[in-house]
Formats: sequence, C-alpha cells, structure tokens
Amino acid sequence: MFDLRRLWGGKRGSKTQAKERLQLILIHDRSSLSPELLDLIKQRILDVLTEFVEIDEQGLAIDLEQTDDTSALITNIPIKAVRRNTRVL
Amino acid sequence: MGKAIVVTSGKGGVGKTTTTANIGAGLAALGQKVALVDADIGLRNLDLFMGLENRVVYHLVDVIEGRATWKKAIIRDKRLENLVLLPSAQVRDKDSVTPRQMKQLVDELKQEFDFVLLDCPAGIERGFKNAVAGADQAIVVVNPEVSSVRDADRVIGLLEAEEIKCIQLVVNRLKPSMVKRGEMLAIKDIVDLLAIDLLGIVPEDEGIVISSNRGEPIALNQTMKAGQAFCNISRRLMGDEIPFVDWQEDDSFFSRLKKLFGIS
Ligand SMILES: Nc1ncnc2c1ncn2[C@@H]1O[C@H](COP(=O)(O)OP(=O)(O)O)[C@@H](O)[C@H]1O
Ligand SMILES: [Mg+2]
Repeated sequence: MFDLRRLWGGKRGSKTQAKERLQLILIHDRSSLSPELLDLIKQRILDVLTEFVEIDEQGLAIDLEQTDDTSALITNIPIKAVRRNTRVL
Repeated sequence: MGKAIVVTSGKGGVGKTTTTANIGAGLAALGQKVALVDADIGLRNLDLFMGLENRVVYHLVDVIEGRATWKKAIIRDKRLENLVLLPSAQVRDKDSVTPRQMKQLVDELKQEFDFVLLDCPAGIERGFKNAVAGADQAIVVVNPEVSSVRDADRVIGLLEAEEIKCIQLVVNRLKPSMVKRGEMLAIKDIVDLLAIDLLGIVPEDEGIVISSNRGEPIALNQTMKAGQAFCNISRRLMGDEIPFVDWQEDDSFFSRLKKLFGIS
C-alpha cells in the first residue's frame, strides 16, 4: 500500500537505525571474551573448586551469554563428590 | 626525535593509504621532515598514491632482512624534498617480518624525521601488529557506515591493549547531503559511539580519484575540499587549533541569492 508517512518524511532516516544498531553492537563486541580467555577462566574456576569438591571436568561448561543489553557468564559444574576434609569445615 | 603515527582502520578500503599519503604531503608542505612507511606488506600501494612507483628499487622487507639500509631504500618525493617513502614489498611472505624488527626500524627513522607515518594493512592479524609495533600514536580512519564503525571500535580496543595512548579519529568519505537527509551517521554520532578525539573530517570528493589517477596527493591542491581537509589534519597534528568543517554545501535561500548576485 502507498505509505503517506514516507512521503511526508514521517519515516525516520536510516541514520537513527544505524546509530541504535551500533550502540548495541559495540556493547556486545566490547564485552565479548575470546575462547582462550574463557578456557583460562574455566581452568582457574576448576583449580579453586577442586580444593573442596570433586568435579566432573568433562561435564564442566562455561559460556558467555549475551542478549541485547546484558552479558552473563553461565556455567554448569557437575560435582561428583564433596571431599572428605571439606565436610568437616 | 620524531613521532611515529600508525594509520589504521580494521576494515579495508576506507582510506588508510589515501590518508597516509595526504597527511604526509600536508606535513611536508608545512616544512616537516616526513617518512612514509608502507607497512601493507604484500600489497604495495602507497607508492602509487605518491606517483613514485617507477622509482622503487628496494623495499621494507629488504631493509628488515638487511639487503639494503633504509637510507638506500627510501625514495625521495618528486615535489617535496623533505618527504620520503619506504615502499612495501610486492609479493612476499608477510610473516617474514616481526613486530620487534619493525619497532627497531621505526625507532631509527624517528631519529631522522619529524614524522614517521605507517600505512597499516587491513585486518587485525600479524600485519596490523607489525605496523603498530613502533607507533607512538594512532589515527583510526572510519567511514560513516555501520561496518566501518564496528571495525574501528575493535581496532581501538587493540591499540589500547598495545598501550597506545593517543588515538585520534579521521572520518573519511562523509557525504554532507546524506547526513542532512538523516540517511548517514553524523560526525557527532560517530565520535559519541567510538569515544575518541576527532582529528579530522574528509568529505567524499571525486578529486581523490582524479589525484590518485595522477599520482599527486590532493593535499597539495587547496582548491579541492578533500585537499583542505587533509591540510587541516596536518596542521592539527602540528598542534594548531583549526575549527572543524562539516563540508555542508551552503544552499540556503540567501546564499543562493548571494551567489546569484556574485557576492559570496
Ligand atoms: N574521501 C574520499 N572520496 C572519494 N574517494 C575516496 C575517498 N577516500 C578514499 N577514496 C577512494 O577509496 C579507495 C580506497 O582507499 P584506500 O586509501 O586505498 O583505502 P585503504 O588503504 O583503507 O584500503 C581508493 O580508490 C580511493 O580513491
Ligand atoms: Mg591501503
């Protein structure tokens, strides 16, 4: 259908879209972590946790989840057993 | 001791080489001793923009690998005696050069020249690291387009990681009429998004194609808008405070009227 608003300049210029998209893209890009860094983080978490609990290393996953306006590190750490010496703490 | 400035962008084809050639010519025209280094190993281009392609004998990789001294390899500009070019190699394994070697070379050049301008290849791989290694400052060239701004942002992050403190922005290929219609990112939008200092605004100008056909930097032609824009950038690099021009055509009713009567 013929769009009158467009004729009268009611439609926003594409610049606004470009700017809004870029605002989100840059937030996203700036907060992304490289796979190497994620691996390092994973290793450090493991190092700390294995002091207290026995972890299924194969099952350990860590991911960066990003939506339009949030970033979160999501991790799932399957525990095989709590260490005997930890239980007394 | 001079300053080394890398001209970079992430994305290809946004005007790094054009900017390097023209800022270099602008600075040399202002009396500075300038060395242009074509750090785009494998894709030699800067010599063409300067019209010096027929004089290339030795190149950057020859210097790095010790087959020629830089003094022997540099080519003096035809028009400006205080401007020289160190051309890049044409077909070469670009990984034959390391960032350390580049830094050493740039440090030597800085002893001799006021400005060492490094024309960076596209991308963020080894070639980028080489071009950035010896740089004290950076100029990030961006076009008013989504993909170019995004790449520029990545590059700024990498430059910061390399501890380069002074990172300045050149917006190239601005089309003022499109900005006016709201169909192109404006300077303020880009500066807000990237959050670095603005060094210059270069309008889209077909004179750039003409001058690259001729092998003459447009900065030496003050009748062209882009020529003025590059000269303004060169002067700002020397510390002059030059107001920014947005290259808007003044087409208001009064200015047209004035033009009609020849009073503008
Ligand atoms: N302001 C401008 N107006 C018109 N054409 C331009 C402008 N800046 C660059 N160009 C053209 O764009 C092309 C790519 O420029 P170049 O400097 O080689 O980019 P890069 O080195 O970033 O790959 C060239 O053909 C050049 O003539
Ligand atoms: Mg180039």
